Amino acid sequence: MEFAIFVVFAALALAGALGVVLGSNPVHCALSLVVTLVSVAVFFLQQDAQLLAAVQVIVYAGAIVVLFLFVIMLLGVDKRESLRETLRYQRPAAFALGAIVLAEVLFLAGRTWATGARSQRGSLDAPVDGDNLNNIERVARSLFTDFLWPFEITAALLVIAVVGGVVLARRSGQPVELLDEADDEAAEEVEEEVREHAEEGTASS
Amino acid sequence: MSSRDLLDLLWLVPALPLAGAVTLLLFGKRIREPIAGWFATGLVGLSFVWTVVMFLALRDIDPRAHESIIWKLIPSGGFQVQLGFLADPLSITFALFVTFVATLIHLFSIGYMHGDERYSRFFGYLNLFVAAMLVLVLGNGFLITFLGWEGVGVCSYLLVSFWFERPAAAVAGKKAFVTTRVGDFGFMLAMFLIFEQLRTLDYSALEQASTLTTGTATAIALLLFLGAVGKSAQFPLHVWLPDAMEGPTPVSALIHAATMVTAGVFIVARAHPFFEHSATAMTVVAWVGAGTALLAGTIALVQPDIKRVLAYSTISQLGYMFLALGVGAYAAAIFMVITHAFYKGTLFLGAGSVIHGTGDNQDLRRMGALRRFLPLTAGGFIVAWLAIAGMPPFSGFWSKDEILASAFSAHDYGVWVVGVAAAALTGLYMTREVFLVFFGNERFRAAPAAEAAADAEPAPEEGVDESTVSPTVAFGDPPAPARLEHDPHESPRTMTTPILALGALAVVAGVLNLPFRSLEFLTKWLEPVFEDVPEIHPNSFVGGFALSTLSVAMGLIGILVALSLYRHGLRRPDEDPGLERLGFAGRLFGHAYYFDETIARAVAGPITRFSDWLDRVVDARIIDGAVNGTGWLFQNLGGRLRRVQTGLVRNYALGVALGAAGLLLFMLVRG
Amino acid sequence: MTLAAVEVTANYYLVLGALLFTVGAVGLLVRRNVLVMFMCVELMLNAANLTFVTFAHELDDVGGQSIVFFTLVVAAAEVAVGLAIIVAIFRRRRGATADDLDLLKG
Repeated sequence: MEFAIFVVFAALALAGALGVVLGSNPVHCALSLVVTLVSVAVFFLQQDAQLLAAVQVIVYAGAIVVLFLFVIMLLGVDKRESLRETLRYQRPAAFALGAIVLAEVLFLAGRTWATGARSQRGSLDAPVDGDNLNNIERVARSLFTDFLWPFEITAALLVIAVVGGVVLARRSGQPVELLDEADDEAAEEVEEEVREHAEEGTASS
Repeated sequence: MSSRDLLDLLWLVPALPLAGAVTLLLFGKRIREPIAGWFATGLVGLSFVWTVVMFLALRDIDPRAHESIIWKLIPSGGFQVQLGFLADPLSITFALFVTFVATLIHLFSIGYMHGDERYSRFFGYLNLFVAAMLVLVLGNGFLITFLGWEGVGVCSYLLVSFWFERPAAAVAGKKAFVTTRVGDFGFMLAMFLIFEQLRTLDYSALEQASTLTTGTATAIALLLFLGAVGKSAQFPLHVWLPDAMEGPTPVSALIHAATMVTAGVFIVARAHPFFEHSATAMTVVAWVGAGTALLAGTIALVQPDIKRVLAYSTISQLGYMFLALGVGAYAAAIFMVITHAFYKGTLFLGAGSVIHGTGDNQDLRRMGALRRFLPLTAGGFIVAWLAIAGMPPFSGFWSKDEILASAFSAHDYGVWVVGVAAAALTGLYMTREVFLVFFGNERFRAAPAAEAAADAEPAPEEGVDESTVSPTVAFGDPPAPARLEHDPHESPRTMTTPILALGALAVVAGVLNLPFRSLEFLTKWLEPVFEDVPEIHPNSFVGGFALSTLSVAMGLIGILVALSLYRHGLRRPDEDPGLERLGFAGRLFGHAYYFDETIARAVAGPITRFSDWLDRVVDARIIDGAVNGTGWLFQNLGGRLRRVQTGLVRNYALGVALGAAGLLLFMLVRG
Repeated sequence: MTLAAVEVTANYYLVLGALLFTVGAVGLLVRRNVLVMFMCVELMLNAANLTFVTFAHELDDVGGQSIVFFTLVVAAAEVAVGLAIIVAIFRRRRGATADDLDLLKG
């Protein structure tokens, strides 16, 4: 049974990954990503990481991908991206390197990398103080004792990210001189098109 | 106070003129003439007085040598240097006549340099020179002597090019310095060898000279002699001395007649153990001296400039001194140094007086019959002439004769013959000069105004600044037009007194070393220094007398020949009877055997071409090419490497992936 | 099915993780759309998370899961800020391609 679940969701995960990489429409890519994320959440469940599975779905699939979709819509990047590669060597080099790295990782992983040493941070299964704790409790115990300092730091990191996000996305008083008039007109054209489509009710693709 | 304590104050002798030099050079602008002159003269005079005291003190001690260390230097390598002064007969003798002659010449300069705008600086330089010369002769080792050696070289340069507005003077100063530098190079090499062999540069090294191999001793001796050749203007480094006549006449008298040029003689005498140990070196010295004496004598025969004749004469007389050194007659050489200082000094000062009195004219062809107008000068000059020609009983006879006799007795007949021939030449050229200046017809009078316009002689060029034109008359120059409108005048007392004083000494100085056993004062006095030298004595009294007669006869022949040619002066200023009779040889002598021109072609030419090649090829192409090439290389490289920075994030990501692959590969391989 | 009896060992997950990572890496290098590139980065992060959890399970250690927790947090922060930057840059441009940003070109 486990094997079947694994095979199915592995296939889904890979399909989703390929969809992200190969999709021409960014919205399709985002949806493929969701597929992969959910599959990974299933794998988490299979490996006794229930909390993480839930967090994965809630945060990753629920928040991050949604954020992606917001930005996609905001920027109007629903245009088809030309799949013709402008840099000549980029694609072949990318494939080659990908293959090489994969081979190396697999080779290495099979030999000396996995030492099998435990970090002694607490067990997933063994009873603690006589009680059988569930996953959430165990993770919580670990977070608030062994990993307290990183926990606090990441909290600060989140605050910084929020502030940064607000600052960066804010429209400043003076418009940045990045574009010339032609671009302005082009932007206006896009807006027009979007309005038209919205009125006509057809989705652009 | 004991004599030794007194001798410890030997340092005062050079210190006094040095103090004068420092004062005059620092505060010269505030010290006006003639105070500057008297101040300088006074200091040198005091130095002379103190030297006499040192002399008297030296006589009292036994052994007759006293060293006083001033400064101990301990540089690296176990090389200890003790700088100080040595009072022994040789050094004190030199110090005595140097300070004496220097005092007289300082006195002469007070009048001669009157009106010059750099009056006090002149005396500052003169004092500095005397200080350096004294350091040279009084030093206790080769190093400190070399210090003085270089010092006199510098002062010679400063004084020769004193009137540096004249290009000729500036060039002459440079020539003097550079030529003597060649000699100094030899001196330095000798010092290196001495130190390497004997581990010390003090004169105590001389005592160990006999422990050296003959080859080493020859090398040291010849290198020291090279230095002497430069300083004392012997062939082939004689070229600077005639040009050095561009300097003021007192400079020529002091430096180029009496003192600096004798430094070469001094160092050979001082370092004689090295020479004694090497027969080769002695022969070289003797023959260079003799050859130079003859050579310079021929050149002097036809020179039209009053100072140039004396310059070549000095070169010739110095040749005699080296001749003496080369045959081992050290005392004779030093005797001649002293007598030469007296009579040559007289001659130069007299020439200065004549120049001063005829309105800065130096051309012999424009003088004549001046004995009526400059009687005192004439008196001194004539006395000195007789001395230099070797006529008894003047001092020159005794000194020259002793040298020739020593040469003969030492069986060096070759140099003896040359020396005798040179004696005839000496008589010839000096007599020519005396008669062209003081006797014969007057050739200096400016023509009356009415005739001047009709005269065929061209007027001086318009617009030529006279002060920058050198008054030195080169051989081949046409005689300048006669310019003197008034009678020539005798010089003031400050100038004639030294002339007469030196002249008097030129007469009587022979008593210093008469060749009779009990009267050889100088030889006996110098004995402690030259103990190890075998004595030279004539075979017999009659033999010696015969030799003397011969040398006097040769001198007389020269005098008589010149008399017959020049007794009445010159019929026309541009016709020199002696020159005409000599024909081609005369021109050769006049141009000093074209020695300067030969050197220019043989040495300067290739060197210039080599420098040019270096500039064009090595510097411009190779070195600049390398430097610029390096720059171009990096520029090029940078230009190419710059293209890695595409600015595209994807390319950078590719780079990261490449690095990751590499790292993993490394870990794979490392296992 | 006899296949059901095959035990899914950690190796399976590890290989899968490696594959996902590689796909994400290649996608990052190949795509020009910045948002898609970003998504590929998320893929890679997920692959790493999978590996962590696999080892946590394998070694019976809860520390691995805690690490994933932090990875998740950091990924979220990174996405927030990154997207804000992208918005700021590409606000008024047509088409968000990474190749347009070449101001650093040497």
